[in-house]
Amino acid sequence: MIVSVALLFSEHKSSKIDGLRSTLSFFVDPLKYLVDLPNVLVERASNLINSYQVLRKENESLREAYLINQTKMLKFSALENENIRLRALLENSFKLGEQVLVAELLSVNIVPYEHIVVVNKGTRFGVHPQQPVLDSNGVVGQVFRALPFTSEIMLITDPNHAIPVQVNRNGLLTIAVGSGQLNRLLLPYLPSNADIRPGDLLITSGLGGTFPQGYPVAVVDEFTSEPSKAFSNITATPKALLDRSRELMIVWSKSIPVPLISKPIINEVEIKTRAIQ
Amino acid sequence: MQFNNYAGFFRIIISLILAMCLRIAPWPGDMAAFNPDWVLLFLIYWALAQPEHVGIFHAWVFGILVDVLTGRLLGQYALAYSIIVYICLKLHKRLRQFPFFQQGLFVFFCLLLSQLLLFFVKNLQSPAQLHASFWLPVITGTFCWPIVYGVLRFVRLSRRSN
Repeated sequence: MIVSVALLFSEHKSSKIDGLRSTLSFFVDPLKYLVDLPNVLVERASNLINSYQVLRKENESLREAYLINQTKMLKFSALENENIRLRALLENSFKLGEQVLVAELLSVNIVPYEHIVVVNKGTRFGVHPQQPVLDSNGVVGQVFRALPFTSEIMLITDPNHAIPVQVNRNGLLTIAVGSGQLNRLLLPYLPSNADIRPGDLLITSGLGGTFPQGYPVAVVDEFTSEPSKAFSNITATPKALLDRSRELMIVWSKSIPVPLISKPIINEVEIKTRAIQ
Repeated sequence: MQFNNYAGFFRIIISLILAMCLRIAPWPGDMAAFNPDWVLLFLIYWALAQPEHVGIFHAWVFGILVDVLTGRLLGQYALAYSIIVYICLKLHKRLRQFPFFQQGLFVFFCLLLSQLLLFFVKNLQSPAQLHASFWLPVITGTFCWPIVYGVLRFVRLSRRSN
């Protein structure tokens, strides 16, 4: 009894217990997959039952979307190259493109009062803590803990989470804090005379180094300004479908900025963008 | 007899693993706050019914596993579970004589104590701001106790009839 308590406190103090945790997770992670199994089975069954017509329609619409995205990407890579050239003219550094890994959500609920979700990719796929996680609409959160076969992702709406953002319209910098509700972020650090309007898009500012710059985070909600208070009480709705998207993207961003333009770098960027495609 | 013992122990382990699955099972929407601590309920039952099979060590091991499973600070569930099971083992002879209602009350206080310990550890880690729903699993757990009691009793007695 005493031994167990002593062990607990030694674990509490030291931070070098990740090895033990990942070893134990070998026993426990299968349970997460087991709990997720009914969901997978239902999905497979519905895929089997889906009629040919529905599948064909879906295929067509997907192909259309793919074409549109492809053309957008053509323009995007040209713009990116131009951006690199312009930054080189300004002797500014440029961050290389990002690589993504698609991870699937496991439908388990490990803690009720915190917004932490579990995905099916872990350190075996090179996932590491503090990686940004996106879905197709915006920022979802960051990797909170990476275990060998699964990893825990803290959503941006978790009360313990804060993300540095900027207003897309005018570059106003602030921090969006999770509210504990899946459809709400708080912007508590804005003075009441800040230039922010309902409907403004908030994007990641890239400060803090965790999230790469320029991804959409949230849209500012309707609010009434109260000039009598020092800080205004503004909320925002996350862009990402936090409670609906099952596929998430874990992002690797090159942390070493490239100082000046040169041929090989452009090639590498092109390869990276192709990898994303 | 030896074989029978092993079979019984095996059933306890299987039931506890099932409890861990229930612990992380997804509940629709905000209902997740109601999900009681199944592992602790199961451990309390086995500690009362078969104290020769379930010891503090088992509680500790399952506590550590639950810690890893739910991504908590390693050891907080281990601490809570081992203390609760220790109390149960100390009192199991008396508790078996109690009427059902009083047993339920005892379980309520066990769950409350465990949640208090978790709260204490959480507070040590960082000043915790908690929703009132943190205490909900204690109440739902107490209401689930008759179900757990019935099901596990059935499991235990079906083993005996074999």
